Amino acid sequence: MNGEIVLDVRHLVKHYPIKSKGILMTKQVDSVRAVDDISFSVRRGETFGLVGESGCGKTTTARTILSLDPPTSGEIYFEGEEVSRIFNSKNKAAILKLRRKMQYVFQNPYASLDPRMTVADIITEPLIIHGHISKEARSDRLYELLRLVGLEEYHAERYPHEFSGGQRQRICIARALAVEPDLLIADEPVASLDVSVRAQILNLLRELQQKFNITYVYISHDLSTVRHICHRVAVMYLGKLVEVADTDELFDSPQHPYTQALLSAIPIPDPEAKRSRITLPGEVPSPINPPKGCRFQPRCIYAHEYNCIEHMPKLVDVGRGHLVACERVCK
Amino acid sequence: MTKELLEIENLKTYFYTWAGIVKAVDGVSLKVREGETLGLVGESGSGKSVTALSILQIVPRPGKIIGGSISYRGENLLEKTEAEMQSVRGKEIAYVFQDPATSLNPVFTIASQLTEVIRRHQNCTKEEALKKTVELLKLVEIPDPEIKMYNYPHQLSGGMKQRIAVARALSCQPNLLLADEPTTALDVTIQAQILDLLKSLKQQLKMAMILITHDMGVVAGVADRITVLYAGRVCESASSKTIFRNPLHPYTRALLEAVPSLVLRREKLKVIPGAIPNLIEPPVGCRFNPRCEFAKQGLCTAELPELAELEPDHYVACVRAREIEKEAPFGGLR
Repeated sequence: MNGEIVLDVRHLVKHYPIKSKGILMTKQVDSVRAVDDISFSVRRGETFGLVGESGCGKTTTARTILSLDPPTSGEIYFEGEEVSRIFNSKNKAAILKLRRKMQYVFQNPYASLDPRMTVADIITEPLIIHGHISKEARSDRLYELLRLVGLEEYHAERYPHEFSGGQRQRICIARALAVEPDLLIADEPVASLDVSVRAQILNLLRELQQKFNITYVYISHDLSTVRHICHRVAVMYLGKLVEVADTDELFDSPQHPYTQALLSAIPIPDPEAKRSRITLPGEVPSPINPPKGCRFQPRCIYAHEYNCIEHMPKLVDVGRGHLVACERVCK
Repeated sequence: MTKELLEIENLKTYFYTWAGIVKAVDGVSLKVREGETLGLVGESGSGKSVTALSILQIVPRPGKIIGGSISYRGENLLEKTEAEMQSVRGKEIAYVFQDPATSLNPVFTIASQLTEVIRRHQNCTKEEALKKTVELLKLVEIPDPEIKMYNYPHQLSGGMKQRIAVARALSCQPNLLLADEPTTALDVTIQAQILDLLKSLKQQLKMAMILITHDMGVVAGVADRITVLYAGRVCESASSKTIFRNPLHPYTRALLEAVPSLVLRREKLKVIPGAIPNLIEPPVGCRFNPRCEFAKQGLCTAELPELAELEPDHYVACVRAREIEKEAPFGGLR
């Protein structure tokens, strides 16, 4: 993948304030460090995977990219333009123009479709809002989109409750693709679907990418789907990126102890598979009061050998574009 | 290992809804031997949970068990009175629910929820029950049990809550543990911890277990035998090695092939077309026939295939299983 860089995230920080309500005034007591200084870039036509366990900041990262939540600090460049400057500019036309190019597929297709709108209304709504195509062409576009995601024309007049989970996710994808975005952020698009339907949606996403050269940011906690669909993967832990690499490189030779543990924890569908499992002790600490130094240090088996409490490791290239943030690996 | 602990035969549990009768479990037969772990695999709506709930007769309304038999150590549980069932639940057969956040009572401390079970089934004083609680919490590897037992569920993380739920289920040393998707609500690294815990507990306590899951990876690591359910019927039942090496039912094969592999990266995932059928009016004939790539009109749509023992201890409910095996042998997972 050697395309131009579409999305460039630099030192992104998102802290949510924790407020304590007094009698006269509300004051900020502390903050949840959901995303703490992460940087990455995504090239055109690429699928960039963002993986990690719940609470590591995957979804927050996605939401700040789209300014659904404004970032606390840091810059996000989309096709060379700084996103937050446009979103803060109150220039509605410019905001809409940017929104059209970046679309989102939510995790739960049961909650992200309005139950009182027909499929036709749902899919054409973005076309109307963005004035993307003429009124006359709208119904043609609707049917084209339905066919594209594997639905039938007669589905247009139905309501979301008449569809299964997989079909609903197809509707969500059709809605996101209606305005021909350049970037599609898919937040756990298959997590709530059954195994047999999951494969259908993953194949669909892949086909659509090949057809329209869309860039994906694919967020998931399920590493096996990530391996299947992503070109490059970033592993997050407690608001930090710990490792970024090409998919095959990451799965074949993971460097960071957290990535190694994460990969070894995935159950393999083979009763005779022999491998050593690294079971991590303890649990993910609270992002309100994260551990000193390396975020992973309290659970890491190598931490006592290095100065992990004092040094916050930075992402370092260890060759072939493989970035790792670990004292042990980088020494 | 050969003695049967639990034997379900032709179990039927229907839900009488306003839209019609939902045949959630429609003729399920399965066996669990002493000390064995049975993996009950299937997608949502396949009847896994309803089967487990039926064993303890805690099917929520409007569900009703309308036929079949569930024999536990030679006694038919379905013939027992409600009072008799009370002494089976928790003592002989215990249940671990999917979501630890909702299966623990938020207004009672861990200690009071665990001692409740112990004192209900065992004749002992409060002090003895508390002592047992501490032992149980140690068993499920909870740090500082003497302090943690006075916490409320919301003060604990998801993984810890699931450990508590396991401890509660184990409190009366049941002979059979029903674990209903015990790790689905948890993260992968925590899932690995809980699965390791269940495995070691099973060996320590020599109990049998039914592990309900939709994840082929989870059963592969834990189960001795696997029963695959689809739309309220058993498709295939065999040792877990056989299921993964030589699956004979087309659904089992499709399910194995649809899982993205960590080892091998395929260009395109194999897809099972369509979705799970409506259980009010299930497809005529084999339940899987509309989605099956090997289905033959007239043959598969004629009648419900019965579970047949095609190989020793390998039961398959497919009329074409043998032909398919010759026509298109299973290529394996790699």
